[in-house]
Amino acid sequence: MSGLAGVRFWRETKSRYNLTGNRCGVCGTVFFPPRPVCTRCHRESIGRMEEHKLKGTGEVLTWTFVHEPRPGFEIQVPYILAMVRLDEGPALLAQMVDCGPGEVRIGTRVHSVFRKIGEEGKSGVIYYGYKFVPD
Amino acid sequence: MRDVMVVGTGITPFGELWEHSLRDLGIRAGMEAIRDAGITSSDIDALFVGNMAAGRLIDQTHIGALIADFAGLAGRNLPTVTIEGADASGAAALHHAYLSVASGLHDCVVVGGAEKMTDLPDPEVTEITATALDQQWESFFGATLFSMYAMMARRHMHEFGTTREQLARVAVKNHRNGALNPAAQFRRPVRPESVLEAAEVADPLGMLDCAPISDGAAAVVLCSAERARRLPGPQVRIAASAQAGDTLSLSSRRSLVGFDATSVAMERALKLAGRSRKEVDFAEVHDVTTISEIMAIEDLGFVKKGAGGPATASGMTAPGGELPVNTSGGLKARGHPLGATGIAQIIELVLQLQGKAEERQVPEARVGLAHNVGGCGATAFVHILEVA
Ligand SMILES: [Zn+2]
Repeated sequence: MSGLAGVRFWRETKSRYNLTGNRCGVCGTVFFPPRPVCTRCHRESIGRMEEHKLKGTGEVLTWTFVHEPRPGFEIQVPYILAMVRLDEGPALLAQMVDCGPGEVRIGTRVHSVFRKIGEEGKSGVIYYGYKFVPD
Repeated sequence: MRDVMVVGTGITPFGELWEHSLRDLGIRAGMEAIRDAGITSSDIDALFVGNMAAGRLIDQTHIGALIADFAGLAGRNLPTVTIEGADASGAAALHHAYLSVASGLHDCVVVGGAEKMTDLPDPEVTEITATALDQQWESFFGATLFSMYAMMARRHMHEFGTTREQLARVAVKNHRNGALNPAAQFRRPVRPESVLEAAEVADPLGMLDCAPISDGAAAVVLCSAERARRLPGPQVRIAASAQAGDTLSLSSRRSLVGFDATSVAMERALKLAGRSRKEVDFAEVHDVTTISEIMAIEDLGFVKKGAGGPATASGMTAPGGELPVNTSGGLKARGHPLGATGIAQIIELVLQLQGKAEERQVPEARVGLAHNVGGCGATAFVHILEVA
């Protein structure tokens, strides 16, 4: 079971390692995570969604300091989770690192870094991806 | 579509019921509902069960078939189905049971909700409730269900000046209500200071801002209006059963301070019922966290967006207020066995509309509303019930 879960996480590595989203070739809307169909153009966009690498810069829309984690995140507790609005338009959820809760505010400018995300207890598989730090 | 009535109710206590299995709980609630309706099991045309996560919580799927079997109904080859819409599974099951009777396919059905959560340690339950979020893009990065609501709370505070004390007022009110409900998990009042000082879950939310982990089951019997006239039990009409959806992930939403799914489901429900908000006498809303209730009364349109905190502090939603909310104690104090919650809300409506809510009775209750949310707002149901 855990081996298959590993495959499931590996499948998304391109987006998680490089913040790769996509862009609708019809209306230009940028999506993260990448979507198979544009939410505005629907079927018109099929086959016209283009890969789009995001700059990884944006600002904090809201955040929380998590004290009760899910399994795999125990050693990181407490950790900051933030909703970040990327400069290209889409918002995403990520951890904030290299800062304390006093350094994060709604509106704080941030940029992405590549870090360990968590590990799966049973298999010991470690997952990597993006986190954010204040500018 | 024909009129559909709730003619019987049954509910188990909610809480840590280590001596009872999921099947025991489901059967107990279902049998009580059948007895209350004054029918026999041979009158039942179908069974609908709302359940979110038994596949992970107790390694059991196929809950509808399981409960029908151990209720002794398998010999009748009764049709059963289990319906999942995260922690709105109960309302989802009710919606589809309602449609089956309204359409004329069935005349009399049982719809239950059940969940057995306490067989697993708390962190695993936290992981399982987070499966209602986007697993690949939210939970993977450390999100829990309560952390999503915590982020909404912070944004709500930022945009509208909602205070930590106003959030605490929701918990204080619902615990006071729960103390009067014999089926509630927590039957003791809490002080505002206790809410503010409780262990942190996800800042700004603490343990007493969040619904507990619970076991429990609830069931109702639905009949066509024609059939109901010959029965001795409750005669409460389902005036509206409405649903709306939204993006699964919170980050893709238009707003971080409310649920569009709730607003749209409410508009659809009012239209179906042919009623206005002013006619609603009381409501059970999805207070999975304290901020959830504040956002719910805004999204349902009982107060304007941003006014939920001050309205709660003013006593508007307390017993005797303009719109009593969560007289049962809500998810917070009655308990929140995921799939059972949507049906437990309906049972509180039926009791109030029949004048059988005892110490927590809303005077002259004629129209009640139930609001059940899945996960962090990708699914919302609004049901309106009225005295027939
Ligand atoms: Zn487009």
